[in-house]
Amino acid sequence: MNVMIPKFPLAHLIDVALNWLTTHFAFLTKAMSHGVSLVIVGITDGLLWLPPWLLIAAVSLAGWRVAGRRVGIFCALGLLFVWDLRLWEATVETFTLVLISTLIAVMIGLPLGIAAALNSRISRVVMPVLDFMQTMPAFVYLIPAIPFFGLGAVSASVATVIFATPPTIRLTALGIGQVPADLTEAADAFGSTRRQKLLKVQLPMAMPTIMAGINQTIMLSLSMVVIAAMIGAGGLGGNVWQAIQRLEPGKGFEAGIAIVILAMILDRITQRIGRNSPATHAK
Amino acid sequence: MAKIQVEHLTKIFGPRPQQALRMLDKGASNQEIRETGNAVGIADVSFEVEEGELLVVMGLSGSGKSTLIRCLNRLNSSTRGHIRIDGEDITRYDREQLLALRRRKVSMVFQHFALFPYRTVTDNAAYGLEIQGVEQDERRARAIEALELVGLKGWEDSYPRQLSGGMQQRVGLARALAVKSDILLMDEAFSALDPLIRRDMQHELVSLQRRMKKTIVFITHDLDEALQLGDRIVLMKDGRVVQFGTPEEILNSPANAYVERFVENVDMSRVLTASSVLHRARVVAFPQDGPRTVLYKMNEENYTSLLVVERDYTLRGTISLEAAVEAARHGKKTIENLIEETPVIGPDDPLMSVINTLAGWRYVLPVTDPDGKLLGIVTRTGVISALAESPQGEGAAEGGEPVIDAAAVEGSEHA
Ligand SMILES: Nc1ncnc2c1ncn2[C@@H]1O[C@H](COP(=O)(O)OP(=O)(O)OP(=O)(O)O)[C@@H](O)[C@H]1O
Ligand SMILES: [Mg+2]
Repeated sequence: MNVMIPKFPLAHLIDVALNWLTTHFAFLTKAMSHGVSLVIVGITDGLLWLPPWLLIAAVSLAGWRVAGRRVGIFCALGLLFVWDLRLWEATVETFTLVLISTLIAVMIGLPLGIAAALNSRISRVVMPVLDFMQTMPAFVYLIPAIPFFGLGAVSASVATVIFATPPTIRLTALGIGQVPADLTEAADAFGSTRRQKLLKVQLPMAMPTIMAGINQTIMLSLSMVVIAAMIGAGGLGGNVWQAIQRLEPGKGFEAGIAIVILAMILDRITQRIGRNSPATHAK
Repeated sequence: MAKIQVEHLTKIFGPRPQQALRMLDKGASNQEIRETGNAVGIADVSFEVEEGELLVVMGLSGSGKSTLIRCLNRLNSSTRGHIRIDGEDITRYDREQLLALRRRKVSMVFQHFALFPYRTVTDNAAYGLEIQGVEQDERRARAIEALELVGLKGWEDSYPRQLSGGMQQRVGLARALAVKSDILLMDEAFSALDPLIRRDMQHELVSLQRRMKKTIVFITHDLDEALQLGDRIVLMKDGRVVQFGTPEEILNSPANAYVERFVENVDMSRVLTASSVLHRARVVAFPQDGPRTVLYKMNEENYTSLLVVERDYTLRGTISLEAAVEAARHGKKTIENLIEETPVIGPDDPLMSVINTLAGWRYVLPVTDPDGKLLGIVTRTGVISALAESPQGEGAAEGGEPVIDAAAVEGSEHA
């Protein structure tokens, strides 16, 4: 004979709110979705139009120039292997998804990070939200993304952006916050405006840290590809998802290894860009 | 009009500065104010800096030196009082005026250099010009000019980390010089350098200032440095000015025990000047004096030499006892042809160089003004007793009264 405390209708409230938003704004988000998917398809098709060997050569060359010979060789061997596994197309699709998500994440994350670094009030609001965004299981974002953006790559990249932006915001804010006070003071003492101080001192000084944040964002985007495949994003995640459903461990591993290779290439190259940025002359 | 006038300047840190001001006015101590959560940076500071002057602000750690200098370009905003630069009250400046002040009129050199590590030496030196929107070519040329001024030719394309500490601070100095501001603010600019380099930098700063006529406010907690550099010194304690004067005034009449304690450990030979050991020349000879007159004057005062001057006190040289005796024996009419050329010193020469000059000369040393007129004399005993009397020597000189006749010294030297 327990007295039941009535359940707080959280789920119901969220559903109602999302419903309301969907009915009123879905036409907008659907239009956006259409635009973004055109871009995604365009880039993917463009990259696939190139002969794979040419793209592999270009990536290897870039890896070699940015991060040294070993990374260059790794790029070449890794991508040739992926090609050989007949996973080239899926890899390019995944790469495009990561690229688009990362670009959007940086476009959102960099200004927000800067704002949080320069304004403690914004920081007090943003930081807890980031904790929320990062700890909420990424699956959960997928569900409401669908009514707004439809099934497919766009919903996947929206969910990916939500999941992957926090490190860019956090590390941008951290990097700017860590610029030694006497350097910002020197900038002030010579009559810099806030904008000049930001562009000529704070951002260059914070660049290695910001690049570390972007690197993490890329890695998180990649970790979302399998999950994104559940709503039809395609790419390597799709192969894994298929292998799970059909109980084909071999195929699953092949796709998994391709993801690892892509991750390592992106990681080494972006890490090196961070380390080569001008402020590292300090060390 | 003074270049910088600081009037009753007060800076309170903390959440309720007005409350702290009221407490200050009622005579509360810094400690009492600190208990309310506010902190006194500086309190009721007044002084002036003349155009072309090198003013040193000195005091122990926490005495408010940095707070003060940072008020001068408003890196700190003052709580009360006024700062006038060229007559304009900068505490009332709006944002635009403040930027103009910082760009054109006042530049700063930092204790830990504060160079931008991702910029080359030249780009560092050009920073202020870049901020002002000066064209690339011109700012490079002007930055390189400033770098040459501080002796960094050949390092233009290096990065700061490739330079030693002393050289890095030269870059900091060049960055401040490149904008050609009238006023340089230097907060412990040489404190992070090791002693030899520091000495070099001090010399160079003084010579730069002579050439460029900058008005400099220089902060240090080191009295030797203050005395070396300062035309005048502001001595601070607990955010207040305890003494404001020339190095000489501060050494000779320390305003209170605090100043005196500061002054205790100074090497007096470096800081005292000839004028502090100067005596009136009680007798002199004139070129048209006869040898017997000269001998009479010497005898009267028991001197072994006399300085010879024209009627308007323009110094001619020295006549020695031997020369006068010889002339008298040969029946010469005047001493005109027996005058020995004599080394001279200026009133501002440091005692150290006076001692050196004395070492190579047998008689008293004349001190002359820039026109060659005799101001007085310096004797060995005078120098020694001044050094002994300085707060550094234990017990100081016994007699107190440092007037010792030149003759007494020379007598012993002739032995
Ligand atoms: N930002 C600040 N907030 C609170 N109190 C401050 C602040 N800056 C300085 N103070 C206080 O003001 C007083 C003067 O400090 P200031 O830094 O001007 O001393 P200083 O003479 O430059 O010392 P140092 O030789 O150590 O550099 C100190 O008591 C210090 O605690
Ligand atoms: Mg200080």
